[in-house]
This record gives sequence, C-alpha cells and structure tokens, in this order.
Amino acid sequence: MKLHEYQSKFLFRKYGIPIPEGKVAATADEAHQIASEMGGAVVVKAQVHAGGRGKAGGVKLARNADEARACAQQILGMDIKGFRVEKALVDPAADIQREIYLAITNDRSVGRPLIMTSMEGGMDIEELNRERPQAIVREHIDPLLGLQNYQMTYIASAMGLPRALWPPFGKILRGLHQCYRQSDAELVEINPLAITGGGGLLAVDGKAVIDDNALYRQPELAAARDASGEPASESQARQAGITYIKLDGQIGCMVNGAGLAMTTMDMTRLYGEADGIGPANFLDIGGGATPDQVAAALRIILSDANVKCVLLNIFGGITRCDEVARGILTACGQVKPAVPMVIRLQGTNAAAGRQIISEANIPSIISAETLTEAAQQAVAAAKEQA
Amino acid sequence: MSILIDKNSKVLVQGITGRQGGFHTRLMMEYGADVAGGVTPGKGGEWFEGKPVFDTMRKAVETTNADVSLVTVPARFAADAIMEAADAGVALIVALTEHIPVADMMKVLSFCAQRGARLIGPNCPGVMTPGQSKVGIIPAMVAIPGNIGVVSKSGTLTYEVGFAMKNRGLGISTMVGIGGDPVIGTTFVDVLKMFENDPETEKVALLGEIGGNAEMAAADYIRSGMTKPVAAFIAGRSAPPGKRMGHAGAIVDGGEGSAEEKIQALTAAGARVAANPEEIPDLLA
Repeated sequence: MKLHEYQSKFLFRKYGIPIPEGKVAATADEAHQIASEMGGAVVVKAQVHAGGRGKAGGVKLARNADEARACAQQILGMDIKGFRVEKALVDPAADIQREIYLAITNDRSVGRPLIMTSMEGGMDIEELNRERPQAIVREHIDPLLGLQNYQMTYIASAMGLPRALWPPFGKILRGLHQCYRQSDAELVEINPLAITGGGGLLAVDGKAVIDDNALYRQPELAAARDASGEPASESQARQAGITYIKLDGQIGCMVNGAGLAMTTMDMTRLYGEADGIGPANFLDIGGGATPDQVAAALRIILSDANVKCVLLNIFGGITRCDEVARGILTACGQVKPAVPMVIRLQGTNAAAGRQIISEANIPSIISAETLTEAAQQAVAAAKEQA
Repeated sequence: MSILIDKNSKVLVQGITGRQGGFHTRLMMEYGADVAGGVTPGKGGEWFEGKPVFDTMRKAVETTNADVSLVTVPARFAADAIMEAADAGVALIVALTEHIPVADMMKVLSFCAQRGARLIGPNCPGVMTPGQSKVGIIPAMVAIPGNIGVVSKSGTLTYEVGFAMKNRGLGISTMVGIGGDPVIGTTFVDVLKMFENDPETEKVALLGEIGGNAEMAAADYIRSGMTKPVAAFIAGRSAPPGKRMGHAGAIVDGGEGSAEEKIQALTAAGARVAANPEEIPDLLA
C-alpha cells in the first residue's frame, strides 16, 4: 500500500527526521490560508499515487499566499495519469544546496533489507542506476541484528558525504531504518534529502510503501489508505476477497490460481493481438470455485463495459470439475451474463464437467477442452461482438 | 531417486488439527506419504488419523525422528512455526501459508540458514515425488513417476503442465513449487542444481513469472552449469507494469522483472521457452 508524500513525511517526522513544516490543503482557500500563516515562498505539491507529477505540472513554486491560491486552483482537480488530485501539500520553500538520495527497501534477490544512497539525488533512482550505478552506495542490513554503527560510518564515507554532516545523516538513517522496521515498509525513500543553505539536512520529498500482508498489525497505516484513483471494481473485489485488476482488453478472465490467471491473460493476448483483442482483467477466484464465488466474480468482470466475452478457466485438482460445472451453471443462472462465455475445465472429472456444460445447452456458453482452444474461441467471440 | 523427498521422508504437519491442515494430511497419507504426526500447541496428546499430535516441534521431532515439516498454520503464526521447525532440527520445511509479511520472512530466512534447515515456500503448493510421497497440496492426479523435474512459482499452472505431461505419457521425478512470494527459502537455481545432480532427472521444466530476478539467475546457471535440457514458460507477458498480479512477488517494478527480459535471458542461455504452456510437453518429449 502506497502512502502519499505528506503521509510518508509526517510518518518520518515521528522518527526524528527533519521535514519542512508543511500542511495539507483540499481547497485553494485552504492553500492560501496555510501559505499566509507560513509567510514567504511555498511549494504546492499534488498528492497522487502516480509518478512523474513534477513533469505533469503537479508541483509549483509560489512566492506568496495569493500565488499559492492560484497554484492550488490549477493543481487540485488536475488529472495525473488517470489519478484526480484531491489534496495538495503546501510546504515552505526550502533553500536546497545539494540533493542526496536515501532509501531502504526489501532486496528480494537476497532476502535482506538494502540501504541505497547517493550524493546525486533529486533524479529518479532507476534513471541514476542506469546512467551512473557507481554513484549509488549499497549496503545490506542483517534482518536479525539490524543496522550497526559501523555500517553508517561506512555508508557516509563511501558516498563522500562531508564529515560535518555525518552525525545528522546518521541520525536520519537510524530514524529511517526504525521507521522501515516498525511500519513493515517495503520501501522508505527520501529524495531529495536536501543539504540546505544553513548547512543542515531536510527531507524535502518522501515516499513509503507498506507491505499489504502486514497491514493487520499496522491499523493506523491501514487507515491511511487512499483508494481514490483505483477503479471501483477493484475496491469491490478487494472487499469480496477476490484479486481483480482491471486492464483494457475485451476478454474478461476468471481463473483459479494467480499463475494460471496470468497465463490465461497471456493466451488471449497471444491469439488476439493481431485483431487488437486482449485480456480485460486479471482475476484469481482462489480454490474451490463455488457458485457464490463464481457469481461474485462474474458481477465484477461484467461491471466493465469493455468486456465482450468471458473466459472461465478452472483447473480442478482436489475440487472436481463436475462440481465446478454445476456451480458455474448456478452462478450463470443468477447473474445472466449478456455476453458469450467460454468455459474450459481441466483436471479431475473434466470430461464429466464438460458434458454437464454442453448438456445445459445454453447458446451463449461455449465449452472448450484445451487452453489454446479456449483462448482462440474467446478471441473469435469477442471479435464477433465488437 | 528424486530430490527433496522420497518414500522414506518422515513428515510432521504443523497445524494438523486445522481444517486445511487436516484435509491435506489425509490426502498425503492416501498418497503414501509417511506422516509421523503433527503439532498444534494446546492439543498435545490428542490423535489425528492414528497419528500423535504434539504441543511443540521439539517434542515431535524427539519422539518421531521426522526430517520434514509441513507448515499449514495461518499467516500471523507461520513465521514463528517455521522458526520452531528449524530450531527443532528438521532438514526440510515446506511452508504453504500465503500472506506472511516480508519483514518476517527475511528474519526467518536468516534463522533457517543458521540452523541449517532448507525452506520451500512460503505461498507454495509444496513438493511431490510421484509414486513415492507428497508434502503439500499438489493433487495426486497431476503427475506420474518419470524422469522430468518440474520447478515452478505457481500452483494451478504447475498442475496444468504436469497433467498435460501425464496425458502425453511423460512422467515426473519431483515437482517443486517454490512459491510466489518476493522472499522465499529456495530459489529456481537451488532446485535446478538439485535436478542437475539427480541421476534420475533427465530434463527439467521451469515455470516462472514476472517479478524479481530469480529467472535471470536461473538463466545464468543454465548457461554456465547445467547439462540437462530445460523447457520453460514465463507467465505475465500481458501484465501491466507496477501492478501486483495475485502473487505478492508478481510485479514488474521499475522496469525490472518483465516477462520479455526473462524469456530473452532463458532463450539466450539455451532453454527452450514456450509461448503457450500447452507446448511444454512437446518440448520435453
């Protein structure tokens, strides 16, 4: 779960990390009010879960409160990569002399936390990593022991940080590490960590991503979720316990198991690409495929008006395909989909399951044997509907 | 021969009295797995299908000399259960549980390495050596004994491929689900090395997906250290970047972990990569 910049920085502040004393505005008048209380120049920053907001015009410098109001008017309500800006952070403008990059992330390739830092902050870390990987200092943390003092000295010296800044940098790094651990973060990032004209350090921008699987023990952070910008169907699916991701194709996919669900999407793309046809969604219905699950999943898939055909692909291992087939027919009776459905059952009692489907004799339901056949039939059906 | 488990593996089930744990323990016993007992704290002294239930892994291992543990407990307790198994001295731990926080898994991995225990998973379907034993939830009907090793990040996709192989008369030496989480105990490379050293495995099927660089490491190993032929499939070519596709680890992040780069690397390493998983049996026949 991503936190907004303001949520991330306010979280960092709890761990002793210096941040600009900014406030959040939901209206242009609020932005004016905040800026006039602060006095002086401010930066108005769009709070959206999309990268590249600076280039999109979502970050503006204002010299006074009136300008802040004008900037907020432009920024609030703006669309950045499909996300509507609902809130803006108004920060006092910082006197930035130099920009440092500092982050802690999970290094999945070795299963350890990784500190990444560089004196060449400000730019996107992926870009820096491509262009000047040697400018990034990397240090793993032992997950059982935590961050050690010698590691902080190593990092500060290896990155070429001026000695006078070693103590405040060490304090920030220790705070960030504590924050990372105590918040179950996948990523905590300060970019830039500014060296200011006064010679201090200031976290001008911040980002935190929290591990979804740990939200049960992070109630405060879980409450910070901002689902605006997420398709309504995805929120509904999450509440129903179904993993659903909306895509832009025409074939609605319903599959048991994440790997097989991705594969089914890939097959519709493989056979449909030439005709501009592909998957409308990822959907993992989980084990079992009971009538209730199938009906709930069908409703979610069909809420997408682009869907011209539904492809249901179930591998019955421990669940028997004849039971699954009856469940699907029950669910279809409840939901009454208006688009054709291709049903492909494989595994235990697959032949019996296919027979139940064909004997039901529903013209809009096509039964397929192999995944290849199912994907080809779904593509053909979607083409016909288009 | 086989890798990881065979008919002599003695298995304990952590969470044996749970609904899922109990259900799959029965299926494992039907398959022929030597289930020595199980552990549920607070239920020590009870019996499950004629097998003893213990309060602790330490007592269970002392009493039964089991060398494998299957973790079926819920996510909140699973990290602790894995560490308990490692501390009790079993050589192999198979963790089925999904949704364990990554921070917990990073600690667990360090701890297992200290105790010398191998962990498979978490968030995996387990391990099956057809005709001998299974530890986990892989359905019995998806494979027959043979000489093809299968290693995969997925569950049902693996069953599909195993079943398609079976329908072509192709058998499997051992089927290993390594799991779809970002931090897992055993990687593709670990399992490929075991298959390379297993005299009864002649060919290998690798089923990967988007996210992380485990398939890239596998490609490196296939190029430099592997003599046995590998057929592969990578799921998620149509997945958009930045979205987690069901598995916690299945996400293309910052341009890394795409299906294209993995397919390219595996192909360059000499593996035969299928665009459609139903072609895998052809590539192995």
